[in-house]
Amino acid sequence: MSTAVFKPSKSQLADQSDGASNYLNAGFSAKSWLLTVDHKRIAILYLISITLFFFLGGLFAVLIRLELLTPQGDLMQAETYNKMFTMHGIVMIFFFLIPSIPAVLGNFLIPLMIGAKDLAFPRINLLSWYIYSVGGLFTFAAIVFGGVDTGWTFYTPYSSTYSNSNVILVAVGVFITGFSSILTGLNFIVTIHKMRAPGMTWFRLPLFVWAHYATSIIQVLGTPVVTAAIMLIGLERLFGFGIFDPKLGGDPLLFQHLFWFYSHPAVYIMILPGMGVISEVITCFAKKKVFGYSFIAFSSIAIAVLGFLVWGHHMFTSGQSVYTSLVFSILTFLVAVPSAIKVFNWTATLYKGAVSYDAPMLYALGFIGLFTIGGLTGIFLGTLAVDVHVHDTYFVVAHFHYIMVGGAIMAYMAGLHFWWPKITGRLYPEGWARFSALVIFIGFHLTFFPQFIVGYLGMPRRYHVYPEEFQILNVLSTAGATILGVGYLIPLIYFTWSLKSGPKASANPWGAKGLEWEKASSPPSQYNFEKTPVVTEEAYDYEPTIWLK
Amino acid sequence: MSQHIVPMRVYFVIFFSLLILTAVTVWVAFFDLGAVNDAVALGIATTKAMLVILYFMHVRYSSKLTWIFAATGFLFLIILLAFTLSDVLTRDWIPVSAGWGGGAQ
Ligand SMILES: [Cu+2]
Repeated sequence: MSTAVFKPSKSQLADQSDGASNYLNAGFSAKSWLLTVDHKRIAILYLISITLFFFLGGLFAVLIRLELLTPQGDLMQAETYNKMFTMHGIVMIFFFLIPSIPAVLGNFLIPLMIGAKDLAFPRINLLSWYIYSVGGLFTFAAIVFGGVDTGWTFYTPYSSTYSNSNVILVAVGVFITGFSSILTGLNFIVTIHKMRAPGMTWFRLPLFVWAHYATSIIQVLGTPVVTAAIMLIGLERLFGFGIFDPKLGGDPLLFQHLFWFYSHPAVYIMILPGMGVISEVITCFAKKKVFGYSFIAFSSIAIAVLGFLVWGHHMFTSGQSVYTSLVFSILTFLVAVPSAIKVFNWTATLYKGAVSYDAPMLYALGFIGLFTIGGLTGIFLGTLAVDVHVHDTYFVVAHFHYIMVGGAIMAYMAGLHFWWPKITGRLYPEGWARFSALVIFIGFHLTFFPQFIVGYLGMPRRYHVYPEEFQILNVLSTAGATILGVGYLIPLIYFTWSLKSGPKASANPWGAKGLEWEKASSPPSQYNFEKTPVVTEEAYDYEPTIWLK
Repeated sequence: MSQHIVPMRVYFVIFFSLLILTAVTVWVAFFDLGAVNDAVALGIATTKAMLVILYFMHVRYSSKLTWIFAATGFLFLIILLAFTLSDVLTRDWIPVSAGWGGGAQ
């Protein structure tokens, strides 16, 4: 395979920066990591933690797909299967996707991008990692002690009254982790308001920063509601509060309102930072100023606000008022507009750009296509009558995996590759990276596209057995999941390899614009910049390409 | 960040107001005010929350930006309550079908 050849160009390699002090060699003891207040080191702590949870959640996915290889329940019983998909969802959403891009890339990059030495509250930043870890330990303990079977949505009255699994333990874990998310969001908001370098006006901010600002708003305003809702489940289980149990005067649908008030916007906590990554990557590899900067910036804010007005689309078949459903359906169509603005603007940025196809760009282009499919099928589901047909089928499962795996994880991979030389000071093998990007793209489609069809044909989600006529589509899906799994293992191997053996990266191996590339070394020094940078130009001020001259 | 020094007296006044309002909450609970029961209880609770936010959390002496963020929190609380109530209050405007067998009585 010719793509596997690895020849970094001269400008990508470091000249002679060996021995220069940076944040990685500023201290080697365990204490220097575990008590660090450096946003870059905390980002690394998060990177390690969420990678562990990603592969734990992936393990559950593998077991789910193996069970679904045959129509009979031959690998596990229904109860075990219920626990598998529940823990897959909880681990992937609360412990991987929500913190993934913000806590790793956002933490590392926001101060560098705005020309600051650190986040506004470095100690709170470290605290948020510890809170995340404690929440993770509770959840992990719940898994070890037998797991939980309520679905990641914790719907009442099952979770509050009937389930015999470790609901309390997981609820405590998710409750605690919520605070880490709130603190990260709070830290970002204050940092972006207060810590920008001289000349870094709001409309010179990289779009990555705008996206994280919007994300932070959701984290701060939404997370307390789900945290309270999960706490109420615990109180109802332990003390019979009667908030959700109709026998005690409660309303089970109230839980769904509280839960989705956060959990629909939470989809944007997962996807908005990804959109920020894509804006950076697309402009860099098209070597062209982004098309419609302010539209992309404000569409992030619009998504954050409108995202709070649509949660009832998860409740169309729950017995929710028909009139409320009508309003939520219309508002759901509206939220598609700012997302579409972004997709059109990225595409317009590519037009007449000097496009190159390095691994980050392959992931970014994959994101645009997959996110578009995921978004458009979301419109199907937001349509009242169609939703009645496909609700709780594999169509829904396919839809949100196109958004979360095809969107959020593709963007995370794009960002991880793009900034890997900056974070570690090492180049990864480009050929292998392109190869695994293609493997992931193919494996992804093979896994999830058949689920659209089998869902449309009527296969419900969350069952471990299914009618025989659905087997061929399920076999395709399981085969795809195997390929996808291999696609995620290859980067794990070559990233680890590159830490020791990768060639040293220059400060700006992609020829990108932005303070983190132009003013900081790879890896950055302990306080990011030699002296506070002064910003004199707009973001993405690339030379016009020859065709435009 | 401007440092506004609040005299201790203010804190004590607020603290005792909160105690008095708590007592009022308990006291009105003994009267059945009919439809305004909830309104009165929530009104007192909101007043107490406002006192805490404005004085104990120093929002009163803070910048316009802090005011905007504090107000945004309330705006989103209103969104949460309004949409949820829109469901609860209109849920039985359309009578639910009794199903295949139970329609005719
Ligand atoms: Cu939603």
